[in-house]
Amino acid sequence: MEPFIKHQGSVVAMERVNIDTDQIIPKQFLKKLSKIGFGKYLFFDWRFLEDGGLNPDFILNKPKHQGASILVAGDNFGCGSSREHAPWALLDYGIRVIISTSFADIFSNNCYKNGILPIVVKEELLEKLFAQAKRPASVEFMINLEQQSLSDADGVISKFNIEARQKEFLLKGLDDIKWTLQFKDKISTFENRQKVDLPWLWLN
Amino acid sequence: MGKTLYQKIWEKHVVEELSDDSALLYIDLQMIHEVTSPQAFEGLRTNNRQVRCPNKNFATMDHSIPTQNRHLPFADRIAQLQVETLAKNCSDFGIKLFDLNSPHQGIVHVIAPEQGLTQPGMTIVCGDSHTSTHGAFGSLAFGIGTSEVEQVLATQSLVQSKARTMKIEFTGSLKEHSYAKDMILKLIGEIGTAGGTNYVLEYTGQAIRELSIEGRMTICNMSIEGGARAGIIAPDEKTFAFLKSRRYSPQGSNWDKALLHWKELVTDKDANFDKVVTIDTSRISPHITWGTTPSQVVEVDGYVPEITDFSGRNQQDACQKALDYMGLKGGEKMKDLMLDRVFIGSCTNARLEDLRIVANIVKGRKVCPKLEAMIVPGSGSIKKMAEKEGLADIFLAAGFEWREAGCSMCLGMNEDILQAGQRCASTSNRNFEGRQGKGGRTHLVSPAVAAASAICGHIASVNDI
Ligand code: SF4
Repeated sequence: MEPFIKHQGSVVAMERVNIDTDQIIPKQFLKKLSKIGFGKYLFFDWRFLEDGGLNPDFILNKPKHQGASILVAGDNFGCGSSREHAPWALLDYGIRVIISTSFADIFSNNCYKNGILPIVVKEELLEKLFAQAKRPASVEFMINLEQQSLSDADGVISKFNIEARQKEFLLKGLDDIKWTLQFKDKISTFENRQKVDLPWLWLN
Repeated sequence: MGKTLYQKIWEKHVVEELSDDSALLYIDLQMIHEVTSPQAFEGLRTNNRQVRCPNKNFATMDHSIPTQNRHLPFADRIAQLQVETLAKNCSDFGIKLFDLNSPHQGIVHVIAPEQGLTQPGMTIVCGDSHTSTHGAFGSLAFGIGTSEVEQVLATQSLVQSKARTMKIEFTGSLKEHSYAKDMILKLIGEIGTAGGTNYVLEYTGQAIRELSIEGRMTICNMSIEGGARAGIIAPDEKTFAFLKSRRYSPQGSNWDKALLHWKELVTDKDANFDKVVTIDTSRISPHITWGTTPSQVVEVDGYVPEITDFSGRNQQDACQKALDYMGLKGGEKMKDLMLDRVFIGSCTNARLEDLRIVANIVKGRKVCPKLEAMIVPGSGSIKKMAEKEGLADIFLAAGFEWREAGCSMCLGMNEDILQAGQRCASTSNRNFEGRQGKGGRTHLVSPAVAAASAICGHIASVNDI
């Protein structure tokens, strides 16, 4: 995974609550066997018209939002199916940061695993960010993960919270499995104890 | 201070404490299906890693498979490739697979309990959000992403942060024609789709005790629709009776040992929950969703809400978008809505108990000729039992389609989909835009409401026929 230290990029806002993973990547695109190339299907049903052309009314298709890498969205972003294809699609499209008042649990885990930073903010701030993103000219935000700060051209807008472990993993781009394998012996110890305590779990 | 059931299971599975509120947890069982696993196995191969405990992983094919004409080659070649890839992965890594030829194949969350794989006190994961279903047995069960599937394959463990706990108490008893599905729809309507975020819900109360294991699974299944990480119900005599003599249940002296352990899996009387919600079950009528999230719900006897029923710009916008998508106007009577399709299936409501309820209602009646209605059993075993009991004959005589087991139109990854604009009463769990097919309009209901609606041709309750 690519480390996440600082990020600067332009902002796009989707003022809608409960954007679910079925919308982020519709199921007809879940049949690929690899993790790459999902970006072209991101928000497919909203982004494209029946005839396959771009839907000019969809926010991601507006000229000023081309190349946006920071997504500001309504509450409960990423709810629904556990499909990791959703963050794969967002990342492949170029999104590195998502800001909302809350994220669905599994989705937010999936983001961290793929080097996307989900930032939780208070409702008032979200409304401000929406307003900012709606200005005619495109807006840029800076995220400094070390300092846990979100800023714009005028300076720091807000600090944000992140679990220490998630932060470390993002900053260093660590591989979860490799990290977990340092506890290999402890896992074996656990298993040996469980074989004695709850032997029926080991009969299959 | 006492402990909640969730805390007890957590403590039993800590491999290593990482901080005050996170730990490396041991995973007792992982279930695998064809859609969210290929990249995980690929990751193992790329990094030259093995599966740590092949015997603690089980696989089946359910999401993208057809529910008729199931012999190879499939009409959908890409779905076939997924199925073949899973078969190869399972054989390469030594994982037991219930494939399309197995009489026990079916929806992953239906077959694991059927086989006795799901047991109280276990930690259970699957690359599927409705893994919460298994909490009905008093296990800690939750959905994960593909990276985590890979991690469990490689290490049989996962880093987890502690969830907050919410007690949902269903007091009183269900009235006639109301079911577990109505209880969970009612709850999600109250707490909202994000109300359970970061929580594990423990369902308690008289109505939960009175439910069958099947009904409890229906409730736990939709915990995720309220945003919860998992739902859990303490095991009791019904749970033990369900598990007795299943294929993978403990046998002989192990059964006795297991039983002793399982009986301790209850929340202590003096345990603290972070939040408590109480619902009077005796007042729950049949429910139905009108909008595009499971929290947009009303009574079947009720009306489509008006924008002005909501306060705040966000809520009003969400209502307007849902009305537009669903092709509805505020104030319309739910029962006036004409249907194009009825779908009875999914891991929420496709077990034998559900099919019996449907058969009771449709026996000797005919599906309204203006709509198409289909029943997709949750597993091959259920299909066989339903055929043996004569339920299938009742369905066929009434004009239902009767299919092979799979997810089918719950998510429309195969050819079972709604056409744009079609309105469907569905016993599944998600009514998101496009969930059952692009432009399709889904109303989530219980099997009883689905059955009555199929007969009437419009949304209906059992009293209408
Ligand atoms: S039946 Fe539906 S909800 Fe259940 S596992 Fe299949 S797709 Fe998911």
